[in-house]
Amino acid sequence: MLLLLQYTLIYASVLILVALGGCFSEHSGVINLGLEGTMIIGALGGALTMNLMPNAPAPLMVIMVILISMASGLVYSLLLAVASINFKADQTLVGTAMNMLALAAATVIVKAINAAASSKPSATLTYVAQKESFIVRMGNFDFNWFMPVTLILLIAAYILLYKTKFGLRLMACGEHPQAAASVGISVFKMRYAGVMISGVLGGLGGIVYIMSGVSEWKFDYGVAGFGFLALAVMIFGQWKPHRIALSALLFGLFRALSQVHSSLNFIEALNIPAELYNMLPYIISLVVLALTSKKSRAPKAEGIPYDKGMR
Amino acid sequence: MNNKRRSLVKNNAFQSIVASLICIVLGLVLGFIVLLIIKPSGAVGGITALLRSYFKYQDAKHVLELFTQTMVKAVPLIMCSLSILFCYKVGLFNIGAAGQYCIGIGIAIYAAIAWKLPWWLCMLMALAGGAILGCIVGLLKAYRNVNEVISGIMLNWMSLYVVNIMLKTVKQPNISETRNIPFNSRIPSLGLDKLLGNKYASIAIPLVIVIAVGIYILLEKTRFGYELKATGFNKHAAKYAGMAEKRNIIVTLAIGGALAGLGAAMFYLTNFQHWETEAATVPAMGFNGIAAAFLGGLNPIGCIFSSFFIQHITEGGAYIDNMTYAPQMSDLIFAIIIYLCSFVLFIKSVMNRSMAKNEKKRAALAGIDSVPGTGAALVADPPSDQDASADEPETPPLSEDGKGGDE
Repeated sequence: MLLLLQYTLIYASVLILVALGGCFSEHSGVINLGLEGTMIIGALGGALTMNLMPNAPAPLMVIMVILISMASGLVYSLLLAVASINFKADQTLVGTAMNMLALAAATVIVKAINAAASSKPSATLTYVAQKESFIVRMGNFDFNWFMPVTLILLIAAYILLYKTKFGLRLMACGEHPQAAASVGISVFKMRYAGVMISGVLGGLGGIVYIMSGVSEWKFDYGVAGFGFLALAVMIFGQWKPHRIALSALLFGLFRALSQVHSSLNFIEALNIPAELYNMLPYIISLVVLALTSKKSRAPKAEGIPYDKGMR
Repeated sequence: MNNKRRSLVKNNAFQSIVASLICIVLGLVLGFIVLLIIKPSGAVGGITALLRSYFKYQDAKHVLELFTQTMVKAVPLIMCSLSILFCYKVGLFNIGAAGQYCIGIGIAIYAAIAWKLPWWLCMLMALAGGAILGCIVGLLKAYRNVNEVISGIMLNWMSLYVVNIMLKTVKQPNISETRNIPFNSRIPSLGLDKLLGNKYASIAIPLVIVIAVGIYILLEKTRFGYELKATGFNKHAAKYAGMAEKRNIIVTLAIGGALAGLGAAMFYLTNFQHWETEAATVPAMGFNGIAAAFLGGLNPIGCIFSSFFIQHITEGGAYIDNMTYAPQMSDLIFAIIIYLCSFVLFIKSVMNRSMAKNEKKRAALAGIDSVPGTGAALVADPPSDQDASADEPETPPLSEDGKGGDE
């Protein structure tokens, strides 16, 4: 049971981080479907950092990995910002391209790095020893430093969005950019800020995800639709940080169930094929979306390129 | 004569082709840079291998065989790109094509091996499977306001696991691949295999071209297609004009799903490839279809060529020196190309703008007094530099009669 709790918390952390990323981007008016790709790039940045400094002391390791993942996510999200804000490209298309690009780029890069070591390079990075820096063992429960970091960022996101001038302006740009512009807010800057924050959070979410259960990652596998699960969490959470946190816990529980079902005796006794557990998070999110989307109120101007002349 | 040339440049289809070519060239250049970064000495060889693909062989017969093989593999890609294109024209992004393709594979193979049904029945069942999956996305979109991209992705993963469960019952004893397709379930070739020098060539190849033309006619020449496109442009206006906008959304996604599902059957029923029942990722075909659709300028006929090109490069990925570069280089290059495709509107608007500038110069040279009205209007109202023209790339800043200005 403790294992289930541990996985629930860690997967919920991933979902909270990435969904908050989506939340900032959409509040500024840009739909970020490239979160999946941003997660991959963030994960790649973090994993490479761990590979480059295998013997660093634990606090330094934790801080560096977090910062590098965030930075890689931020840089990658600029691809979306430039295309959708400056060039008014179709945001769905750009997001999809970013997901494919991240997957292919990560595979190519990791294989190129591994090529030095073996003649048949794989797309896997291992970080068994480095992972220890992130974990504090409390009996059977592995406390992960990412959990408090997520909590802090969640509170920070809430305050930033609702209690600061910046957050309110950001949301105005996603609701009615022309009105926001008329009172002197730069819609372009605000949307850049929204997308970049989503890149930071998405990148961090990526590294948390690949370190959640295992100590090596096959980069040709991507992040298995987790970026999209996070978007479902965001919609279920009605684009509000505190609700996102609650729905992330629910989704995290189901994802954790698919991870640990074989070690829980009473569930294993049901004798259900493993594939069904793997499907569970996706089924739940689809059902939840079907039940809640009707009433959902997305930021009004999301997905629409900003045009000064429009009313 | 000059006029003729310029009207060609203004032609939308021509602009699409140029824009696609620009994307391809830029994509290849960026891919080349990536190769250079990874290992400078092998980069030229790498990009050449990728582009030349199987043409490196001397034997003409062998080249023909591999050429046909590329066509066989391009068939499902064309179908997936048609699926995405069809939905995109109606304003829907059918990323679920990957899952619809996946379920099509599952049904086609299962019906063929477990039930030994004839090939056409297997195909129809795969088509129906894809259509049902598309329908689910459409129903959720129309009645429950669920974003089709997110529900599509969820269904993609579900289909993958369902297909794995289903096909584990028809797999070979010791390995995780499915068995061979029985002979009477394979798509007949009617002599095409002899003609094209490859035993996997079947009537699927001509069939896919017929389907592409059919989709073109449906979208461009029929009232139904017009209604669908009108729904895509403005849902509320379509509803106001008396069109059943909810039904149109569902029908569109069902057709999109049917195309992808059928595409799967058209490929897997040739027995070219077995399904790997431990697969952990959704087949990339549906996602590559996005690349093909946009590279083909969102035109069904263009999709045939772009799909073939993409398949050609994919094959080329296998010829890259695997010691230094990953075969996924070709995926990387498509991804770059798709990303660049999102700038197509911008490229077109640049083309229109530079043309407008030229015309303005010409009009000024020819003398404003010859056609006072147009000339004066041009000078008084120059195409504004930034936002206005980028918004409406479809309408060139010049009016049609502006062409007469430089006789």
